[in-house]
Amino acid sequence: MPSKDDPASMGADMLVISVQPVPTIGLRANLIGLKDLYSQLMKTAFAAMLQYRAALVIWMISQVLEPVIYLIVWTSVTQASGGKVGGYTRSDFAAYFLVLMLVNHLTYTWIMYEYDYRVRQGSLSASLLRPIHPIHSDIADNLSSKIVSTPGLLLVSIVLAVIFRPTIHILPWATIAAVPAIVLAFLVRFLIEWMLALVAFWTTRVNAINQMYFVVLLFLSGQIAPLSLYPRVVQVVASVLPFRWMVSFPVELILGNLTPHQALIGFAAQAGWLAAALFCVRATWRAGVRQYSAVGA
Amino acid sequence: MNTLRLLWTFLRVGVMGEAAYRINFIVQLFQSLLGLVTALGSLAVVFSYTDTLAGWRPDEVVALVGVYILVGGVIGVVIQPSMEQLIESVHEGTLDFTLTKPEDAQLLVSIRAVDIWEILNILLGLGVLGVALIKLKEAVGILQAVEFGLLLLAGGVIVYAFWLILATLSFWFVRVENILVIFQSLYEAGRWPVSMYPGWMRFGLTFLVPVAFAVTVPAEALTGRLTAGSAVGALGLALALLLFSRLFWKVGLRNYSGASA
Repeated sequence: MPSKDDPASMGADMLVISVQPVPTIGLRANLIGLKDLYSQLMKTAFAAMLQYRAALVIWMISQVLEPVIYLIVWTSVTQASGGKVGGYTRSDFAAYFLVLMLVNHLTYTWIMYEYDYRVRQGSLSASLLRPIHPIHSDIADNLSSKIVSTPGLLLVSIVLAVIFRPTIHILPWATIAAVPAIVLAFLVRFLIEWMLALVAFWTTRVNAINQMYFVVLLFLSGQIAPLSLYPRVVQVVASVLPFRWMVSFPVELILGNLTPHQALIGFAAQAGWLAAALFCVRATWRAGVRQYSAVGA
Repeated sequence: MNTLRLLWTFLRVGVMGEAAYRINFIVQLFQSLLGLVTALGSLAVVFSYTDTLAGWRPDEVVALVGVYILVGGVIGVVIQPSMEQLIESVHEGTLDFTLTKPEDAQLLVSIRAVDIWEILNILLGLGVLGVALIKLKEAVGILQAVEFGLLLLAGGVIVYAFWLILATLSFWFVRVENILVIFQSLYEAGRWPVSMYPGWMRFGLTFLVPVAFAVTVPAEALTGRLTAGSAVGALGLALALLLFSRLFWKVGLRNYSGASA
């Protein structure tokens, strides 16, 4: 058992203090503090990011390429089978994959690669000494990178829209509902992937685990095909697990594929997974920090 | 002969270096299999709705995936690690040591870093290709086998020359590794027949990043789709790029003044 003045267990205690403001909204002072904290963290993140513009562009290319490839695959399939596949026409697929690209971009994280590095190099030690939980600076990093890259991606999607000619039937209620759906999807995906990143505390083979996660995510979050094109069993699995709610659900909402009733079920699922993920992140973080022994500390 | 002897030496060094980390074998095997599952899984989804994709039957696309993994393995074993090391050694000035060796410098920088576990991808690619050919049941004649071998070689040469040209750019520019990463992500597009893509993308995948010549054209030879035009084009491009990359390397080398000197 670690003693009380062991840095690792201090880190674990800090979590209790610092993560509190997030779930217990209502404490005004805490919220203002959090706002200041985030504006400062994001300023730092912006400054760092501007040094890595090329990395941002590369990352965007892979974000764009994959949905475009699958869009072309499905376009080719619709042409071969007389105009319609599983209720989707060629322009429906275009709409699906372009919206998917945007939602995937907005909910994407790269935190697994970071944590592996932080734990192996021991650079996590510094952030453990700060009086705030490290997850806040990770969220700020992610948000500021998206503020920078989203205009670029919107531009790309306009160009792609001109090329692939999507059709979307916009339902006002569904479009409005998509905003909280994307926020919830981001939070669920961020927390789950952040938790997965913590695996780095226990093993140095994180790449294999990450890749396994990405394969499942690719299929079950609707990035290869709309989930409705899968066999019934796979659809059920994708809905029971968090994957559908992390990417596919907001896409389905925006495209007007869901009834209000189905949308409510979706929000309930997102809220449930958010609660579960918050709980698991706290537990994993406590256990992980105890496990952590930085080289050179 | 000398090239093979050197490659063998670097391979042995690679094996000796990695022998201490044998668990990496299991990890790489696991990751290669995951890649295969992704490729075949997405084919299964697509072909549950159609019989042909851009005129290719399912088993033919599986053969294409085999070539894709095979060529990816060749890139991963020696081309990518060597070129990454070349860029790094230009940055750090350690290329000096290579230049003093009594061997052709281009040959040395092209084969000196070997990632032996990537050989698994070569084996896996061959396996997938073999299974697909058995399922295709069409006897692959000697002529087709020879064509396939030649075009695969041409594809390998094209990819090598392309990477060498990009890596040689590091004599002038600092952040070249970024371009290599872009190539890696565009290579993904080669998992599908290039004829499936719209014209502008097909052009890019043929001439800007030669994915078409590396993967699709050899697979065409096996599935009886090869046209004389693309065969001649592939062989011609291979020869032209090889000569050009050699020339470009020489020019670049003259421009190198060493970072440490």
